[in-house]
Amino acid sequence: MSIAAPRPETWIRTTAAGLYCEPGDFYIDPRHPVPRAVITHGHGDHARAGNGQVLATPETIAIMQLRYGDGAGAVLQTLSYGEALTINAVVVRLLPAGHVLGSAQIVLDYRGSRVVVSGDYKRRADPTCAPFEPQSADLFITEATFGLPVFRHPPDDQEIDKLLHSLTLLPERCHLVGVYVLGKCQRVLVLLRRAGYEEPVYVHGALLGMTELYERMGVALGPVLPATGAPREALKGRIVLAPPTAPAEPWSRRLPDPLVAQASGWMRVRQRAKAGGIELPLVISDHADWDELTATIEEVKPGELWVTHGAEEALLYQAGKMGFRARALSLVGYEDEE
Amino acid sequence: MERFAPLLDGLIFTPARNCKLTLMKEYFRTAPDPDRGWALAALTGELNFREVKASQIRALVMERVDETLFDLSYDFVGDLAETVSLIWPSRHGVNYVPSLSEIVTELHEATRIDAPARIGRWLDALDPTGRWALLKLVTGGLRVGVSARLAKTALAEWSNVPLEEIESVWHGLAPPFADLFRWLEGHVPRPAIEGQPTFTPIMLAQPLEDSYLGKLDPADYRAEWKWDGVRVQLVGRGGQRRLYSRTGDDIGAAFPELIAAMPGNVVLDGELLVMRDGEVASFNDLQQRLNRKLASSKMLAEFPAWVRLYDILEEGAEDLRPLPFDRRRARLETWFASAKPDRMDLSPVIPFRSWDDLKELRAGARERSIEGIMLKRGDSPYVSGRPKGPWFKWKRDALTLDTVLMYAQRGHGKRSSFYSDYTFGVWRDDELVPVGKAYFGFTDEELRRLDRWVREHTVDRFGPVRAVEPQLVLEIAFDSIHKSTRHKSGVAMRFPRVHRIRWDKPAAEADNIANVERLIT
Repeated sequence: MSIAAPRPETWIRTTAAGLYCEPGDFYIDPRHPVPRAVITHGHGDHARAGNGQVLATPETIAIMQLRYGDGAGAVLQTLSYGEALTINAVVVRLLPAGHVLGSAQIVLDYRGSRVVVSGDYKRRADPTCAPFEPQSADLFITEATFGLPVFRHPPDDQEIDKLLHSLTLLPERCHLVGVYVLGKCQRVLVLLRRAGYEEPVYVHGALLGMTELYERMGVALGPVLPATGAPREALKGRIVLAPPTAPAEPWSRRLPDPLVAQASGWMRVRQRAKAGGIELPLVISDHADWDELTATIEEVKPGELWVTHGAEEALLYQAGKMGFRARALSLVGYEDEE
Repeated sequence: MERFAPLLDGLIFTPARNCKLTLMKEYFRTAPDPDRGWALAALTGELNFREVKASQIRALVMERVDETLFDLSYDFVGDLAETVSLIWPSRHGVNYVPSLSEIVTELHEATRIDAPARIGRWLDALDPTGRWALLKLVTGGLRVGVSARLAKTALAEWSNVPLEEIESVWHGLAPPFADLFRWLEGHVPRPAIEGQPTFTPIMLAQPLEDSYLGKLDPADYRAEWKWDGVRVQLVGRGGQRRLYSRTGDDIGAAFPELIAAMPGNVVLDGELLVMRDGEVASFNDLQQRLNRKLASSKMLAEFPAWVRLYDILEEGAEDLRPLPFDRRRARLETWFASAKPDRMDLSPVIPFRSWDDLKELRAGARERSIEGIMLKRGDSPYVSGRPKGPWFKWKRDALTLDTVLMYAQRGHGKRSSFYSDYTFGVWRDDELVPVGKAYFGFTDEELRRLDRWVREHTVDRFGPVRAVEPQLVLEIAFDSIHKSTRHKSGVAMRFPRVHRIRWDKPAAEADNIANVERLIT
């Protein structure tokens, strides 16, 4: 950063609509429609409908079109990972965030000052999306969904083994796994295939479109069949993927003796899993755990750190101990959705 | 711990009895000796070592973790053992995972001073599930929803040895149960238990429908009151004395006055009661004494225990079980007259000529301590289990109340998409106070209709629970109702079930708290 470079807080700030880049005149993941938006990834709490110009990775644009059709935005512009686009005096680049297909960190360079907005991210390998690329920054704005040291996600294959072991132990029961529509569903499918599970996996109707989109984008998911309409008998001992709310809905009555599992970082806390009626918690998360969060801060070495949505307090404290200047950025409207 | 920790983890998340059994059977099939014996001891509550205190666990974690981060985490998680298991920093290079038997053996040797250091070493080597299981083990009380009976049932199903046989040798064995497993796997004959104060699985009665009475000859049957306490077995053998619950749990430590009053060389069957001045106290009073490991002198004075005797199974070395009921009854009376034990009396035999006589007696018995009538064939030997025919229980008609549905909770397994657990209340002025919870008594068709009604009348949601508009009247049947300090309404029902769904009845016409209080015994 040169002496003359402006301090980040002079050109980027929070507003009612979300994070706003003043010289570029655009918002990042705005909460309600704005003229110009840059979107980190396709989850509904980050990518909303109804914006004017939308800039995102080609994958995220495709996801928004699938979800919102014509409502995805008046003008949709794609920017591939690593390419630069100058908006007014601000150079915008998108770098992989490792969260879901198409997810990006937003790197903004303005007169020698650099801000990196992490969006949602994780650091462990995910076969369904490109890995996070750390980038040095004057200001790093990080998520903190799992910003407590009790969140250390176990290896994915260990969790998938739990599911497969349960299937062999209780072969009469249909294993209903709650997964988020975008990302978690497809990642669980790929992890199952990597563990050698070649049987068809049945999915709830709400997951079909996104699953097909992943396939079109080159992510092979193996045999996937719609659960709706499958004969009850055929679902015995099968894996059925569905949104996390499905077990509570009459839809699930078509399933033979369902064993309710859920794939989420929140499953790490027993009381939380039990309270949700989960019989088989699978700790599989698309967000960075505590170790990933702190290691990323150490790697990015930001001049300043802003911490947003999640358990900010512990991460701010830890960043302070690590010698970083850090503050909480109260961005409302993002969910704990996993 | 590699197998034991996932077992506990699975048990705590699995609500269904059958799946719990599957998990335990799989464990007993695959775990090595003596680990599986120690696990069995842990599940049946027979693992005794000095418990480690929560403060010691906290001190251990404070040596390794920042206090502020720990407190923030504990606030979020809400459970000490779980917070510690998750936050504990793993140490690279420490990867020797201790076996359950190593842990148990070392803890038996450990002193109050060096136990924490040993636990710290194990925590370093275990993964989060292993740490959680270890902390459950050392802080006492696994609380994974498994009774000793269920663990023994898993043994029986796994080995194809009848549960009664396992129960009858159980108290002659000790952890880690090497001889038990060798027997169950068919390597050696049944362990010898002669002379030991073991439990004899008790004889149970079938419920009697009024309509069935016509098929029975009153001359064949003897009648006794069915007392509202808990069935127990008193065993005096080989100079030792034991008091067992109906499921074979040794509950003697909680009833020292009965152990002291027990004569030797006899096995008796009776009803455990709280008795004051010759009057049987309420079941609620008895509950003050149950489910406690020990009794304080205050409890002993306030809730004095008593046994009302029904039967005699053994006298001296003589096994009386093959004798017909009438002969055993005579032997019981003779024995009682000469032994004159304290804190015991005989449950009287009720004379009757016809079933109508008995019906009248049953209807007239409004004494709170009587649940109904027992019918026993005069020629029946004492057979463990619930044989069909020789013994019947004929309960008094249930009490009912019209209540209003307040909350519904989703069930588990087959019922996971149904709101199937209902909390109901009665009126106190203009407000409903919850008085109980019921989750059976309705047909599948009624459940579908109730579920639809709940979804259409939801006013609030709390996780898996929905609050509903106070509009639906449930007629609830129950055996009795008692005062309780544990419930907000101040009352607790025994065996509440949905008797009828009153789709027709306006909620304002449901019962009020005064109607409930009149039924309290």
